[in-house]
Amino acid sequence: MKLNVRGKILVVATGVLIALSAPAVSFGADTIKFGVAGAHSGDLASYGLPSINAAKLVIDQVNAAGGVNGMQVELLIEDDACKPELATNTATKLVSDGVDVVLGHTCSGATKAALPIYSDAGVLVISPSASTDDLTLSGNYTNFFRTIAYDSAQAGLDVEFVLNKLKAKKVAVLHDKGDYGKGFAELAKGMLEADGTAEVVLYEGVDPKAVDYSAIVQKIKRSKADVVLYGGYYPAASKVVGQMRKKRIKADFLGPDGVKDKTFIKVAGKKSEGAYASGPKDTSSNPLTQDAIAKHKEVFGSDPGAFFQNAYSATIAVLNAIEKADSTEIEAVKKALQSEKVDTPIGNIYFNEQGDAVGAGFSVYQVKDGQFVELK
Amino acid sequence: MPSSQVLFCGYHMEYFIELLFGGFTRGSIYALIALGYTMVYGIIGLINFAHGEIYMIGAFTAFIVSSVLTIYGFPLLAIVLLAAAAAAIWSSAYGYTIEKVAYKPLRSAPRLSPLISAIGMSIFLQNYVLLAQTSDFIAFPELIPEFAFMDPVAHIIGTTDFVIIVTTAIIMVILTYIIKFTKTGKAMRATAQDKTMATLVGINVNRIISATFIIGSALAAIGGLLIASHVGQINFYIGFIAGIKAFTAAVLGGIGSIPGAVLGAFVLGLTESFATGYVSSDYEDVFAFSLLVLILIFKPSGLLGKAENEKV
Repeated sequence: MKLNVRGKILVVATGVLIALSAPAVSFGADTIKFGVAGAHSGDLASYGLPSINAAKLVIDQVNAAGGVNGMQVELLIEDDACKPELATNTATKLVSDGVDVVLGHTCSGATKAALPIYSDAGVLVISPSASTDDLTLSGNYTNFFRTIAYDSAQAGLDVEFVLNKLKAKKVAVLHDKGDYGKGFAELAKGMLEADGTAEVVLYEGVDPKAVDYSAIVQKIKRSKADVVLYGGYYPAASKVVGQMRKKRIKADFLGPDGVKDKTFIKVAGKKSEGAYASGPKDTSSNPLTQDAIAKHKEVFGSDPGAFFQNAYSATIAVLNAIEKADSTEIEAVKKALQSEKVDTPIGNIYFNEQGDAVGAGFSVYQVKDGQFVELK
Repeated sequence: MPSSQVLFCGYHMEYFIELLFGGFTRGSIYALIALGYTMVYGIIGLINFAHGEIYMIGAFTAFIVSSVLTIYGFPLLAIVLLAAAAAAIWSSAYGYTIEKVAYKPLRSAPRLSPLISAIGMSIFLQNYVLLAQTSDFIAFPELIPEFAFMDPVAHIIGTTDFVIIVTTAIIMVILTYIIKFTKTGKAMRATAQDKTMATLVGINVNRIISATFIIGSALAAIGGLLIASHVGQINFYIGFIAGIKAFTAAVLGGIGSIPGAVLGAFVLGLTESFATGYVSSDYEDVFAFSLLVLILIFKPSGLLGKAENEKV
């Protein structure tokens, strides 16, 4: 008897809970809930915060123009501090808030952790910055799209440049032993060996914080490499290139987008002259880009930060797809993303089956007179 | 110094010599910082973890002073000397103050307390420079120009390497003179042997301890200037890495022993250089620290630990 009463109470309580949660879902249909998840605090916050600004700018414009098919877009912002263990909480929170699409996450590890949760809830995710290969190439994450090229696309471009433009016969591949740098170096080494026209004469990791690089630089010289391919970030890259030039080594120097930073030129000074680095395609002549940057300056009073254009483009692409599909249902939106071309700051893009943006990508830059100049 | 006949030696010989000089440069860098660790340990038995930060502050001071003097159009030699002097004085002031603020009140406390205080000081100074200056890397001006007469051998030993090795050698000679023959030096050695006894024979122990911190800090500041112009960039974190390596060198040579610190620094520098050159830079630290473990197994007090002083 007692048990029965408890059972009834439980049933009633459950009923009330369902009743309470149901209105949230039905109200949700009046607005499109647009989630922004990523590193908004912690040491990688500078990679995640610009995405919020980008989403705000686009959404404010869309809302001011009457919304998407008459529906206003509502912004939900959640922080994951770039940590996979927090990212699952972030995703759960957004899903329980009834999010329709998510811009994010910032970091590949966090994105990977969060994706299954969104997938179960039928939420589409588009990242401006998560570049690890298998997010799209593995085919495991069918709800995932991105507006940044994947890592091995960049390694492929750099290797192609080394072989065909620099006509290298001997390549020294160095890395900083970190995930990003070593990952890039491993890919590049594999591609160089598969091609076979150039020999990898040196493959080593260096300590990015060492006080001095003379020994490794002597080793580069001894290897008689034509090109040094460096996987890592600009602080160590500028030290390596500086000491190479001091020891009169004329080999070309090429690094990925971790090297393509103004500080690289500032710190290495004249010794950086002639060095190559790949990075996202220069879009500064695109009127949409100029417009986005001008709006950012007007609203936030500063220049936009990292991955701003990727986030801006992702927001435009997703809202455009929702409008074309006239639905926030994931299969319809996916179809629209894959079939409808859209003009964005990073170019006229659409998405392939895997979820990678077609029409955006990397190019190689060279330091000339203290500036990175895009090589066409 | 290497003359051009080196170039006529066999190819492998040349590579060996290049690595040898690379190792000496690295060793000299470590030695300048390791001396501060070992002198302080010799006198008050404290591992001064904030010493790496003194080195970093020296580099920052040299950067600021040399930038200002460059604007006023001073000649390069004057800039180098003035920047070195300013860095040495400013860092010494920091070393002196740190001792008074963080270590002196704890002199009779258990050994762990000043150690924790030192770690705290290190963290404080790092973050202070981070906030007062910047977290970014700063380009350090090339204070040591490329001498034309070094050109034929520049691929073996560059001007900066040459200047670093020579400066370190000169500083070693001066330091040895101070410790062996001056009144302060004798008082230092007496204090290192027995603080109470030194007080009884009329030595002002507090003054001697301050002098030790000042000398150690000045050496670290000179090191900061030399290394920064060798590497070409500084940031608030450089003291930590250099400090750890220099501390390793001091332990390797026998902490508390001055010749030991220098020997330890050269052994460490050469090991790293040859490990990179003949094996792989992936294993640079593995070799360096395996060597440390081996030496400490067979000589627990370090290479010259026992011979030079009887403390510990």
